Amino acid sequence: MDVRELKTLANHLRKTVLEMAWVAGSGHIGGSFSCAEILAVLYERILNVDPRNPHKHDRDIFILSKGHAAPALYFILAHKGFFEKEKLLTLRKKGSILQGHPDMHKVPGVEISTGSLGMGISNGIGFCLGNRLNEINSTVYVLCGDGELNEGQCWEAFSAAVKFGLDKLVVLVDRNQVQLDGTTEEIMPMPNLAARIEAFGWQVYKCDGHSVEDLLEVLTKAKAERGAPKLILAETVKGKGVSFMEGQYIWHGKPLNEEEYRRAKKELGELTI
Amino acid sequence: MSEEMKPMRLAVSEALVAYGKKNPDIVVLDADTSNSTQTKLFGQAFPDRFFNVGISEANMVSIAAGLSLAGKIPFATSFAFLLAYRAGDQVRSQVAYGRLNVKLIGSYCGLSDHADGASHQGVTDVSVMRALPNMTVVCCTNLTEVYQVVEAAAEYPGPVYIRVSRAECRRLFNPATHPFRIGKGIELRSGEDVGIIGTGTIMEAALQAAEQLEAQSIGVTLVELHTVKPLDRELLLQCARRTKALVTCEENNVFGGLYGAVTEVLARHHPVPVIPIGIQDRFGDTGSYAELLEEYGLTAGHIVRAAYHLLERK
Repeated sequence: MDVRELKTLANHLRKTVLEMAWVAGSGHIGGSFSCAEILAVLYERILNVDPRNPHKHDRDIFILSKGHAAPALYFILAHKGFFEKEKLLTLRKKGSILQGHPDMHKVPGVEISTGSLGMGISNGIGFCLGNRLNEINSTVYVLCGDGELNEGQCWEAFSAAVKFGLDKLVVLVDRNQVQLDGTTEEIMPMPNLAARIEAFGWQVYKCDGHSVEDLLEVLTKAKAERGAPKLILAETVKGKGVSFMEGQYIWHGKPLNEEEYRRAKKELGELTI
Repeated sequence: MSEEMKPMRLAVSEALVAYGKKNPDIVVLDADTSNSTQTKLFGQAFPDRFFNVGISEANMVSIAAGLSLAGKIPFATSFAFLLAYRAGDQVRSQVAYGRLNVKLIGSYCGLSDHADGASHQGVTDVSVMRALPNMTVVCCTNLTEVYQVVEAAAEYPGPVYIRVSRAECRRLFNPATHPFRIGKGIELRSGEDVGIIGTGTIMEAALQAAEQLEAQSIGVTLVELHTVKPLDRELLLQCARRTKALVTCEENNVFGGLYGAVTEVLARHHPVPVIPIGIQDRFGDTGSYAELLEEYGLTAGHIVRAAYHLLERK
């Protein structure tokens, strides 16, 4: 996929997630929209994964540490063919494989069940250590939220990744500046985020998380550089793509009413599944 | 059986090393307690398969989760209370919910870390782990078992919590005649008058109590249930049908551990009186191990008195 197609794919993700959340009556729209380009670029251009062989031993690993962005992950996995697209509109319904947060035993392509925040970076460390012992040359990617970095376990993991010299670990932070109760600045400010993480010994990159070109460039660089674990601070907007959602904390997990659904749909464009 | 006494925590680490030689896929993690838990032995034998993450138990369990999905069999070790609580969400949300092949060794269980006091004494970890779906809970009772539990747990599918004492213990029986199988209790005596069911190191006291009762011609069925979950219900029911009165013995809170597990089964299938010997819903304390066991009602004498009480009621 070229840059234009990737942008279209990200927009398609937003349209689909909107529809999924509408039919489900709930879902985390804001945080799913903010990582649309990230997931599109990762799954179309970066990750060595095979939907026909989800467990192939030399695959790259992607961990959605911010598990509430499940709708976005489900979209991209269905798009890649890990499961049938028809299942997408069963999000959060009884009997669906698509729970509110990803279940590794129900959804092909989900490496580990997440939802309780702060665990993904540690999981990534475990995968890296195991791959190293098994002499598997994969890269492990972890997508975290910025609010998620409030969790102390993330900083435990930041120290550990450096101790173990894990330069095949790439963490992306969906830096959308908004969490559940308000902006990150209001709820728990984390000033100098890049400098803090660099001080732990990580190689930190910044990019525009909605620029497909930027993401391609930084992810390619991060994968190639040796020595330290990598962290990409992707500057994003919560609810990106729908004007009344952008930067608004209420769209962390608020269900849509009919008027909001129609307005959002108008802005994003008609959905064709 | 043998009189050789050895700290259980040391024996389990020797077992890790021995099994580590057999199976290259096992790895061991610790959170800066390896000089206490003795996992340092594994680190010395296999330095590239040992990961000390420092004082970060939540991190350790989630790292173990990742390692298990990369095809390794991780044994994540710390003090019992830390695995149950500090890493409790990680155990719950990833290991148990994901049915991951992670083995947890909760060392310094019960009151065995006697001098450190209440903060370090795991008196509820059996209850906490038992209440987790998909978790298997094994409380090692003696040295014989400890040398077998690592291999048994490694070859048992899914999450396993292994409870290990800081204290010294000896071999209580012969592994040839009493093989260790997860989920299978061991019947050591088959008398008619009263049943004593134990888990963990209190089994030594339970054995002494059985001998004292037998010396007074009281018949005792003595059963060791190292696996508290899944409980060997068949053996338990057999014991209840025969004796019609039971004493449960554990170094854990009477709420939610072995007593809970036993009475849940019996209340439903074969109600009989059951008296718990266990920690009576209080935290630990500081003192010598013997002093604490006496104070908390966990000795052979307490078990014997409980048995008399049951016999009076009969």
